[in-house]
Amino acid sequence: MNNKTVHLVTSFFFLLFLQVFVLNNILFLDYINPYLYIAFVFLYPLKENRFSFLFYSFLLGLLIDFFSDTGGIHAFSILSIAYVRLFFIKLYFKKVTADYPFFDLKLEPFGKVFNYIVTLTIIHHLIYFSFINFSLQNFSDVLLNTLFSGIFTLVLYFLGTYIFMKSQ
Amino acid sequence: MQQLIYFFQKFKYFLFFLLLQLIALTLIFNNLDFHKSKFINSASVVTGGLYSGSSNISEYFSLKSENKILAEENVRLKNLLEHNISINLDIDSTMIDSIKYHQKYTFTSAKIIKNSYSKSFNFITINKGRNQGIEKEMAVINSKGVIGITDNTSGGYARIQSILNKNSKINARLKNTNYFGSLSWDGKNYSVVQLADIPRQAPLKIGDTIETDGKSAIFPEGILIGTISEINKGNTADNKVNVTLFNDMSNLGYVYVIKNFHKEEIKALENLENE
Repeated sequence: MNNKTVHLVTSFFFLLFLQVFVLNNILFLDYINPYLYIAFVFLYPLKENRFSFLFYSFLLGLLIDFFSDTGGIHAFSILSIAYVRLFFIKLYFKKVTADYPFFDLKLEPFGKVFNYIVTLTIIHHLIYFSFINFSLQNFSDVLLNTLFSGIFTLVLYFLGTYIFMKSQ
Repeated sequence: MQQLIYFFQKFKYFLFFLLLQLIALTLIFNNLDFHKSKFINSASVVTGGLYSGSSNISEYFSLKSENKILAEENVRLKNLLEHNISINLDIDSTMIDSIKYHQKYTFTSAKIIKNSYSKSFNFITINKGRNQGIEKEMAVINSKGVIGITDNTSGGYARIQSILNKNSKINARLKNTNYFGSLSWDGKNYSVVQLADIPRQAPLKIGDTIETDGKSAIFPEGILIGTISEINKGNTADNKVNVTLFNDMSNLGYVYVIKNFHKEEIKALENLENE
């Protein structure tokens, strides 16, 4: 157990309980809710071997499902963005396998990081709300929910990273 | 063979991803099915325990409104009691304690420890379970009206399928008549549910009260639901009526779970008919 593992385990449980006991109760205007737990996907270090990363993301989603009675919807949507993460890292940051151990979001230019985070957040929210709605009726609601909740999540995420970056 | 190994080697992450997605999808579909949802729900020991801990803290914030609701219910019940006493005095005969033999329902009070109302398929968790005699398919109400039906129980907790769930269907009727329809929710507004299939000749007016009818083996007769807020004038097949709930589903505290002693008997009889 080195320092990084401890950090990851704490952030795993911190994000889980933050989501379940605080953020799920916000319901701004009755339906806008941030889903900050996907920050786990952004925080997890890039590695050659992706099994553990996929599995822990799935587990986090599943635990949130346990609490919020959503079957496996959180697990499905967080696993989707966990899987496509590598593709977008290659697309936006132009990284090859040799760069993986040194990859750190804090060291990348803000514009690229912003694009990367926004893309993954929108994908996650779109999948999540499509399954929550579970029909093609009210599809405009799905898009509106994705937009508003996505903005909420992004604002919280960038505020959070700003605050934690300052303290370090 | 070598090609097969090469294939697995190349797509191992994708195959692992597919496997996990498949598990998630199975859980999603099982959760939507009233009869199958067993694995993932908030009525388990761990999640139920954590939720009851958090609601122990948060319930202090709603003590005032909870007290008011209790007082209102007391007033209503006292009025009913007064009414009953006067009837009994009029008849005045030897009263037989009929409660023991003819009791049809029993009420258990429970506390909501987790509520949701913003999704299309909403569930509520309460702090009573199998050990307190709560079973699957029992009615859940509070003093203002219908809340839902229990769909899953563990030792100390139970999960309720809220009426704000697209799968919920409850028999309802116009108050003081026998015109009935089925109540469901379209997933849009959490204070408005839809009553469908009510006969066209029913004299519906905006503001009329809708209550449960005793035709299902789950809900007792005459539990309040809400008032009609919009009547569909168009000639659609299902003749939908919007009903505004008496309950504010976003602000629920204590509930009653109703057990019907005759349920098994009624069900056995109805199944006999189907065969």
